[in-house]
Amino acid sequence: MCRLAMKTASEPFSPFSVLQAMEAMQEGYDGSGLGLLLRGLKFADYKYNAGDPILSGIAHTEAALVRLDHLMDKAGFTLKYDHEYDVKKEMIEAQDRHKYVLRVYKKPAAWSKLSAEQVEHELMLTRLALRADGEAHGNDLTAFSLWPDVVMIKEVGWPLDIGIALGLDSGRITSRICMAQGRQNTNYGINLYACHPFFIQGVATMTNGENTAFIPIKDWLSGRSYPGYIGYQSDSEVFAHILHYVTKQLKLPLETYKHVITPLKNEELAKHPQGDFLRGLRDACRRLIIDGPNAVIGTLPDETSMLVMDAKKMRPATVGGKPGEWAIASEMCGVDAMIPDRDRSKDFQPMREHTVIIPPDRQELQIWSQFDQLPIHQAA
Amino acid sequence: MVSVRSIANTPSSLTPNDLPWIIEHREDRCTLCGKCAAVCPVGTLKLTYMRKRMPQLVLSSSERGSAYKTFVGIRQSTEVNKRCIGCGSCALVCPNEAIHPIHNSIRDRFRFLNTQQGEPAKRGGRRNEPGASLLDRIIFDRISMLTDPALDAGRHEFSCNTLLGRVLPPEEYVRRKLAGEWIPPVREIFPFVIGSMSFGALSPNMWLGLLQGVAYCNEVLGIPVVMATGEGGCPPWVLRSPFLKYIILQIASGYFGWDEIIRAIPEMQCDPAAIEIKYGQGAKPGDGGLLMWFKVSKLIARLRGVPEGVDLPSPPVHQTLYSIEESVMKMIQTMSMAWNFRVPVYPKISGSTSAKSVLNNLVRNPYAGALMIDGIDGGTGAAYNISMDATGHPIAANVRECYLDLCAQGKQNEIPIFAAGGVGKNGNVTQNGMALIMLGASGVHMGKFIMQAAAGCLGTETNRCNVCNIGLCPKGITSQNPKLYRRLDPDQVAQRVVETFMSIRTEIKKVMAPLGRSQSLPIGMSDALGIDDKDVAERLNIRYVC
Repeated sequence: MCRLAMKTASEPFSPFSVLQAMEAMQEGYDGSGLGLLLRGLKFADYKYNAGDPILSGIAHTEAALVRLDHLMDKAGFTLKYDHEYDVKKEMIEAQDRHKYVLRVYKKPAAWSKLSAEQVEHELMLTRLALRADGEAHGNDLTAFSLWPDVVMIKEVGWPLDIGIALGLDSGRITSRICMAQGRQNTNYGINLYACHPFFIQGVATMTNGENTAFIPIKDWLSGRSYPGYIGYQSDSEVFAHILHYVTKQLKLPLETYKHVITPLKNEELAKHPQGDFLRGLRDACRRLIIDGPNAVIGTLPDETSMLVMDAKKMRPATVGGKPGEWAIASEMCGVDAMIPDRDRSKDFQPMREHTVIIPPDRQELQIWSQFDQLPIHQAA
Repeated sequence: MVSVRSIANTPSSLTPNDLPWIIEHREDRCTLCGKCAAVCPVGTLKLTYMRKRMPQLVLSSSERGSAYKTFVGIRQSTEVNKRCIGCGSCALVCPNEAIHPIHNSIRDRFRFLNTQQGEPAKRGGRRNEPGASLLDRIIFDRISMLTDPALDAGRHEFSCNTLLGRVLPPEEYVRRKLAGEWIPPVREIFPFVIGSMSFGALSPNMWLGLLQGVAYCNEVLGIPVVMATGEGGCPPWVLRSPFLKYIILQIASGYFGWDEIIRAIPEMQCDPAAIEIKYGQGAKPGDGGLLMWFKVSKLIARLRGVPEGVDLPSPPVHQTLYSIEESVMKMIQTMSMAWNFRVPVYPKISGSTSAKSVLNNLVRNPYAGALMIDGIDGGTGAAYNISMDATGHPIAANVRECYLDLCAQGKQNEIPIFAAGGVGKNGNVTQNGMALIMLGASGVHMGKFIMQAAAGCLGTETNRCNVCNIGLCPKGITSQNPKLYRRLDPDQVAQRVVETFMSIRTEIKKVMAPLGRSQSLPIGMSDALGIDDKDVAERLNIRYVC
């Protein structure tokens, strides 16, 4: 079992508050690990420029760190800030953690001629090169993300303990979005990459549940020959990649994600204003239909947050909050812990047709139904 | 030892004990009604008077030492052409259960002599390979219980349909939809298709029954079943009926029946489900279709535009074209154009190590709607034994190879692969079909199974009956003789079709539910498959379990 907690707020907050919310739901998880994603960052020791890419990962040995430096130098990155976590090593289960990497870089000068899309592609390729280098050296280097305004941490152990061990309670790092998940992938072999949230080009998701359609989805994504669609140590990684595929490759609005992973039935499409388009989309994206049970929580580069369910079995998830501050958690007590002073009567548990969207302005919760018209003109 | 010159003893002499089927007759129960002899399709049974000596002890010299008694009994012909085929029609009509055929697998010498007049053995029906097939041995072992109990097959809703037709890659679909360009036609169908059996191979009553059943499945039960015609066209009234949308029209190398179809196009009320271009058949690769003269009745002759009572062997290849690449390209385009690009068109080939080459050709052809691969275990109306028994490729590895090839190109959603050849040959139709689907097929075709399930075909894998080729089908399924096909009531066939598909649908759910799947047919979900054979597991890239 795992539990998920996500908070998004206009004012940066400490990730530790989200870990405390995880603690409230502790009966529901085995405490085998922590996956954390922070977005919209503010450092107490450093004035961060939101356009600069941040590398998150772990150098398990000194040699790996040297190679990392070398690779980043070679790629033309300039180190601007190297965050030193206040690590309490004795509280960390794993012994091979030479350095938790959180580094802000300046993009290579040569990239100034590239389009935004090309820069995003290069950032991904650099991350994959670091990952490949680690894998070629006995997994001594783990690269979770290389992206502006995103920090990721994945570690084995009890979530709150990891937070304390890394000094997250000190308030040195705060963020406007924090996604947290309390489990390593105990379904299969433990591998840090297999821990949620999953990340690709600013798109991140974390999931509760089992993805029974994993293999056909994985086979299809792998067949795209897209360099970022790799990994799949966890069956949940495909949710992030599908969200990336829909929003970045197909360039369709976020609402379409739900139509891809859980398309409507024929009789429902017959009544839908864009039924013809959606039916064709369902056929074309047929191998991306998920079968649950899943609750998928995601965040996008523009700080939009979202929550969707599979079409039938569903995993528990509640969203609640107030203008400027919203939380999504597997259990109500998790939302309570994150935002206690809200109107609980307005909490919402999405059903199969819903996509809960918290836009970047965080003023209101949008509950979008699959039966509604999509915001795309061509299909109308 | 004495010579018994009165007994004929040629190289081809057989005794009843040498035949594949031996009639067992119980004189004590026989009423001498003669029904068995009358019904026997091959005329192997004869009611005959026989005489036997009744030895007795005689003391008086005026009487003879033996008396003779005559009795009426059954005699089984030992002529090669009239050997018992084991159909059991005699047992079916016997009022007293006095007669039935027994399979003689041990002493069957007939097989060595079935080459009279220099003609190798031919038959209709099946490959005759008894025992569990490979597909029967594949089990579904990835039971979903990591985070959730299994689904409820009885209460949850399941989406079990599949797609037939070319599916665009998502980027291209969105682009074309935006630009208002042509989107290839796609049919949503039930993944179990009634495979191609021609109007000519099947009796009119069988054909009508199948169509009625298919229409009921679609219109009343909402199971979108489609059926494929073989080569030989389609009855004219069907072409002009609203039922045409449930029919895949086949065009094969003899082009039989296509005059009628082309002429009907302007009057069609709806489009056919698809067009199947037959390049090969799993049961007899390298052979064209063969409708033997016995079955070319007046109606069939009219439909096919030929004289009555002549053999109709289709050529093994489409004669007008140069190579399969060219043929596939031109025929697919021509057929697409005939229906204004509204009907999916796809080729059917026999299972072969070269199937991948055909597939890769199709991938590059934007009009190709699917690939249908027919494996060696497929049935046929008529073929040489050597073709049926030993020529072809088993379907499982062929489908798997092709699917993985598509996966490597990322095209597995674009060209659906349909599989056939032995699906349900031992009755496990859903298991066999779902195994092929999880190996990568988008759906399966079944022919023999539907004849057995819907019409009571007598064939078994022990060479029972198998006379589909000579028009003597005792059940009236594959005969054009009204005396025979009147035995088959189309309404009853329709009812059995419906019962069969209802139960397949339920069984699909029973397979999908424990795997945690309900939203889409688990095509390519190979992680759910296991088999107790390491070599097979390795070849199919599935799990070895024991």
